[in-house]
Amino acid sequence: MEKLITDFSLGLFFWQTLLFIVLVVFLKKYAWKPILSAVEDREEGIKDALASAVKAKAEMESLNADNERVLLEAKQERDKLLKEARETKDYIIKEAKEKANIEADRLMSSAKEQIANEKIKAITELKKTVASLSIDIAEKVLKSELKDKSMQEKFIETTLEDTELN
Amino acid sequence: MKTKIKITSLFFLLALFTHTVFAVNDGGYTKERDVRSEYKEFKDHHLKDNHSFKIFYYKTGNKKKYISFPLPVIIYSEHGLDVFMSSKFYNEKNKRVSHIIDDRIYKIDKKSEKIKATLASGKELKVIDFSITKNVVLILLCIFLMLFVFIKMARSYSKNPIPSGAGRFLEPIVLYIRDDIARPNIGEKHYKRYMGFLLTVFFFIWFVNLFGLTPVGSNVTNNIAVTASLALLTYIITTFTANKNYWGHIFWMPGVPTPMKLILAPIELLGTIIKPFSLMIRLYANMTAGHVVLMSILGLIFIFQSWLGGTLSFGLAFALCLLELLVCALQAYIFTMLSALYFGAAVEEHHHD
Amino acid sequence: MEIPAIVGGGLVVIGAGIGIGRIGGSALEAMARQPELTGKIQTVMLIAAALIEGIGFAALFAL
Repeated sequence: MEKLITDFSLGLFFWQTLLFIVLVVFLKKYAWKPILSAVEDREEGIKDALASAVKAKAEMESLNADNERVLLEAKQERDKLLKEARETKDYIIKEAKEKANIEADRLMSSAKEQIANEKIKAITELKKTVASLSIDIAEKVLKSELKDKSMQEKFIETTLEDTELN
Repeated sequence: MKTKIKITSLFFLLALFTHTVFAVNDGGYTKERDVRSEYKEFKDHHLKDNHSFKIFYYKTGNKKKYISFPLPVIIYSEHGLDVFMSSKFYNEKNKRVSHIIDDRIYKIDKKSEKIKATLASGKELKVIDFSITKNVVLILLCIFLMLFVFIKMARSYSKNPIPSGAGRFLEPIVLYIRDDIARPNIGEKHYKRYMGFLLTVFFFIWFVNLFGLTPVGSNVTNNIAVTASLALLTYIITTFTANKNYWGHIFWMPGVPTPMKLILAPIELLGTIIKPFSLMIRLYANMTAGHVVLMSILGLIFIFQSWLGGTLSFGLAFALCLLELLVCALQAYIFTMLSALYFGAAVEEHHHD
Repeated sequence: MEIPAIVGGGLVVIGAGIGIGRIGGSALEAMARQPELTGKIQTVMLIAAALIEGIGFAALFAL
């Protein structure tokens, strides 16, 4: 222990401390920082390159899968569209038919109705005309039948005979 | 072919190195005691800090000749700052002399290699020695090397995300410190704050330890002042970045009875100081022990003075050098690892029910 | 007779040696049993060994 203390040289201690601190400062600034950052950059670059390669591979695979999926989807879409078009067509035709039927029925029924109406009107007219004609004829017949007194009395007698008074 | 050239050049270097070492032996020391004491002196001297940068010496006749260069000496005392070169301590004949400035007499103590100062009146003067010693030069050298290497490495990233040159070797170590030391021990959330210190401390200790294995000079981490400084920085960073939870666990440990809390508080408080202290001692002792053993094994050459000693010494020293290469990195790793562990404890967020 | 302090130092080294040896042995067994955890086991082993080593050194420097 004594040897250690007697061997201790303050001057050497001073120079060593001073020079070493200067060395640390200089090396840190001009050597370690660029070296470590360069090494880190390189490591980062390698890591990135590896990661991007893996990513590219995955992307490639997903792209292939995507293509197939898109194709399938397009096919399905086309089928669907075709089916829809067909359905629409059928529907339109059906509807048109239905509409035409309904219209025709409507027209028919209205025509029938009209005809019936006209018929009734004509019959009524005919009836009126017939009635008035009958009355006219009856008048004329009566007028000619009942010209003399004896005929009038005879008529009254027959009419009275026909009529039962009860 | 290329490896052959490399191996040959390695042997050539070894031969050169061994030659200079053997040169010590050529001086005509025949008595065993003399060799031992001289080698012990040499070994102790080698492990000490020095005011001049001695690379090696050789002998011509009876004179030692040093291959060295002087370093600046900076001394602070109550008389102010004195700055001069360490060559002033030696005359032309390479003898130690005192250096006198005004009334202050400076000289190097031969045993401890420290500067002693006395006034002309004979009174001893208290001084603080801020000299640029051999170890400071090595620290500076290491710092310049680190700045050069790592800033160059950082620059290379701006051109290319993959590093080039030394970066290829250093980047895995940087990543290791980040992924295996900082992240698991400190946690994903806070680790970035400490990366600068951890990386710097790891590479600093490692580089400085490796410098110590070269024949250039003594090891910087052999000095308790250096390891104390590093451990102190760890302690300061731990203390100043600690959250409420950390202090809560030190002063008022949750989940234990009150009398136990009173006993635990001083122990925990002592623990915060013991942790960096053990960091300091561990690094210092490991590196010093390695060097002492290595130097002692090399000393076998001069003590045995036979083919057996030389061979044995060479083999053992070679094996130990390999072990030391491992220990250099291991100690840097452990220092960084334990620092990260302490930082992690300081910022940890406990979730009590 | 007074026992010299270096004997205590020797004891400390023996103790630390046994401790580190046991850690190493156990770690080796654990690694053989679960090789996938080698890194984690190594880290924990080194930390434990370093802590024992620290105590050993502290005791040696207290001599």
